[in-house]
Amino acid sequence: MSEREKTPVIQFKDFQFQYFSQAEPTLHNIDLTIFKGEKILIVGPSGSGKSTLGHCLNGLIPFSYKGEINGSLRIMGQETKDMDIFQLSKMVGTVLQDSDGQFIGLTVGEDVAFALENDCVELDKMKDTVQKVTDIVDMGELLKSSPFELSGGQKQRVSFAGVMVDNVDILLFDEPLANLDPATGKTAIDLIDRVWKDQEKTVIIIEHRLEDVLYRDVDRVIVISDGRIAADLPPDELMAADILPELGIREPLYVTAMKYAGIKVTPDMHAGRLDTLDTEQIREPLLAWNRAQAKKEKPKERPVILEADHISFQYTKKRKILQDISFSIQEGEMVSIVGTNGAGKSTLAKLICGFVKEDEGKLYYSGEDMADKTIKERSEKIGYVMQNPNQMICKPMIYDEVALGLRIRGVPEEEIEPKVDMALKICGLLPFKKWPVSALSFGQKKRVTIASVLVLEPQILILDEPTAGQDYHHYTEIMEFLKSLNSRGVTIIMITHDMHLMLEYTPHAIVISGGKKIGDASAVEILTDRSITEQANLKLTSLYELAVSTGIEDPSSFVQNFIDYERGTRRNENETV
Amino acid sequence: MKTKLFDYIDRDNFIYNLSGLTKLVAFICLTFSVMFSYDIRYIIFVLVLSFCFFKVSEISFRQIRTMMIYVGVFLLLNFCLTYLFSPQYGTEIYGTVHEIFRFNSRYTVTLEQILYQVTKILKYASGIPLGIIFLLTTNPSEFAASLNRIGVSYKAAYALALTLRYFPDMIRDYQDISLAQQSRGLDMSRKEKLGARIKNMMNIFVPLIFTTLDRIELISNAMDLRGFGKHKKRTWYAGKPLGKNDFLVMIFSAAVLAGSIGVSFFVNGSRFYNPFV
Repeated sequence: MSEREKTPVIQFKDFQFQYFSQAEPTLHNIDLTIFKGEKILIVGPSGSGKSTLGHCLNGLIPFSYKGEINGSLRIMGQETKDMDIFQLSKMVGTVLQDSDGQFIGLTVGEDVAFALENDCVELDKMKDTVQKVTDIVDMGELLKSSPFELSGGQKQRVSFAGVMVDNVDILLFDEPLANLDPATGKTAIDLIDRVWKDQEKTVIIIEHRLEDVLYRDVDRVIVISDGRIAADLPPDELMAADILPELGIREPLYVTAMKYAGIKVTPDMHAGRLDTLDTEQIREPLLAWNRAQAKKEKPKERPVILEADHISFQYTKKRKILQDISFSIQEGEMVSIVGTNGAGKSTLAKLICGFVKEDEGKLYYSGEDMADKTIKERSEKIGYVMQNPNQMICKPMIYDEVALGLRIRGVPEEEIEPKVDMALKICGLLPFKKWPVSALSFGQKKRVTIASVLVLEPQILILDEPTAGQDYHHYTEIMEFLKSLNSRGVTIIMITHDMHLMLEYTPHAIVISGGKKIGDASAVEILTDRSITEQANLKLTSLYELAVSTGIEDPSSFVQNFIDYERGTRRNENETV
Repeated sequence: MKTKLFDYIDRDNFIYNLSGLTKLVAFICLTFSVMFSYDIRYIIFVLVLSFCFFKVSEISFRQIRTMMIYVGVFLLLNFCLTYLFSPQYGTEIYGTVHEIFRFNSRYTVTLEQILYQVTKILKYASGIPLGIIFLLTTNPSEFAASLNRIGVSYKAAYALALTLRYFPDMIRDYQDISLAQQSRGLDMSRKEKLGARIKNMMNIFVPLIFTTLDRIELISNAMDLRGFGKHKKRTWYAGKPLGKNDFLVMIFSAAVLAGSIGVSFFVNGSRFYNPFV
């Protein structure tokens, strides 16, 4: 990059921003210059101000979100205060996080053309441009497809094309990986990289999944914490700087592994990317650490609580959603159900809850056939928590929300209160008992929905994407909470495509692909099996690749050692705190 | 799976290929012509026309079955109520009495009343397929484009198109939320009393409203970021230029409307066709 002529395109000078609705500024004294053609990654925990920074760049601040701006922000030499959102949108193209929600048009072509329509471009020219841009993102063949026919990755390509039609110089990606499975996320990062190189754009990516973005070249990583810039370093130096864990940002797993092995990470190890990592320097200590790890015994067999016996399900005759699925889950297990979008994971959960009925096969709860059990009867044994808490919460007050399930069942009010208190206590919400739901953060709302299900004292809890859209800090909080529930004896089943979650928290993983079960083993075995990960759109974990590249003989057991070691250290931390 | 009701499915045939503007004009002209006239012969003519259009449009009956059941029930109810409230209206209009049957002094069955009520039902029956054809064969965005072309502000037109577009999504949300609430013990089946069911419905609508508001914030941000509302005008990717067929159809529907008015004034001398004099 150093040879390239350095023209600043974005200049923050002593920039400060405060939302009118908040007492404190969200951004303080930001001084940051981004040069033409750079690729920048902005990381930070949620609430750190990284999204606010993004909104300042694309003009949503102050256009949609009002607040007070101090200091200066210049984009392409122009002060943003003097521009409106429309002028800014010609310079900065934004790809928003939820590519589903921002799909405006009815077809791919129409959606891509949206910005052109607003610019009154003539139809013929519009069609030309749309074709050209969609070809760049490999969607040129699908101009007539509707959003329902597209996968998550394809929708994101469409939104990408939608901002490129404007021929903007700066591309801003707001959490591009949030809704994608690991393999699709990898392709998305590849695509961003290709456009960055071929079209010579300046690229800014806001994301907290650091490891996944660093899979391709990044010039600088900017770390935001508490509204301030905590670091502004090239990836190799950032890995050596050892500041991420303190700020609640997850560093790449292979870096953590190196640290566990007592290796002091230095910039010349090139740890910014796994494939540039200098394995010569770290081989010996890593091997030594791996040898020193004691093997853990296998957990004891427990009685089976949920068993599926050759289950099949289809909505219409043509398309089978689930085919011949069998599995058994033991009491007190923590299980993840993984697979691509549309593989049938959610349908499986719906079957277990009784929302839909299996066409063939049988489901057993503690050995008892569930075929004639209604949704209501099942709900006393199996609780279901949806992904988005806003889809579940229907009472304005926390207490009423949690009590709802009991009230509906006609439980007397004096029995309700102790039960609600108990559920709130388990979820760490007791201090908020009399509070309105609206005062809570997203993560707390999530816990309210879990409390409202727990109050019915189910033996099994099914959670749909429990950590979607959460940063490392909140992710750990939710998962440790679920872990503590689990240690109280609740069996927990999670639908997810978060590989970290699988590895760290669920000893048992069931993989569904194309309606069939293609894997049912420990999470470590799944994520170190190339053929299963490929079929299910997962990735091999970077720990495995680290083990392979340093020549560790049994890579899977290395990954297992890492997980065991990490659980050990985390438990110690919790005990000391 | 149940949400196909309002989903627009693209097909390639005469009706689908017409521009949204043409379909809007034809819909207005034809409906107005049956609403204006009470001449059963003319209404049957339009009815046959609208069934022909329906056939040409290749809409499958399965797609509209639920809607048809509602329409059928409504028509039946309307038929009964009309008789219940004004059993003599036919004789009032036509000025003659041809009695066939008598329940009591007020409720008699006359040829006039039968003609009046049959005419009325046929009016609805010819108008409704037209509405269905219009809704199901017009791409919402193209519809917005047509509205804009006849002078409706493009922001209003787009809002309408977005509503149509997000309707299936909302139904999907509703189903999801309803399932989650049922799993907490909310009974939505007929076993529960009506009052309790309405209260339970509220427990679904509150989260639905919040989810929808989230959606709206997201989509309006996405639209702002891509320059919606920048100029007084905009062009439409989905807009179709008017072709020869469009003009022919528009002229034809205008002629049908003119015919309806003409028949009323010059042949019947009023809006009613009176075979009894």
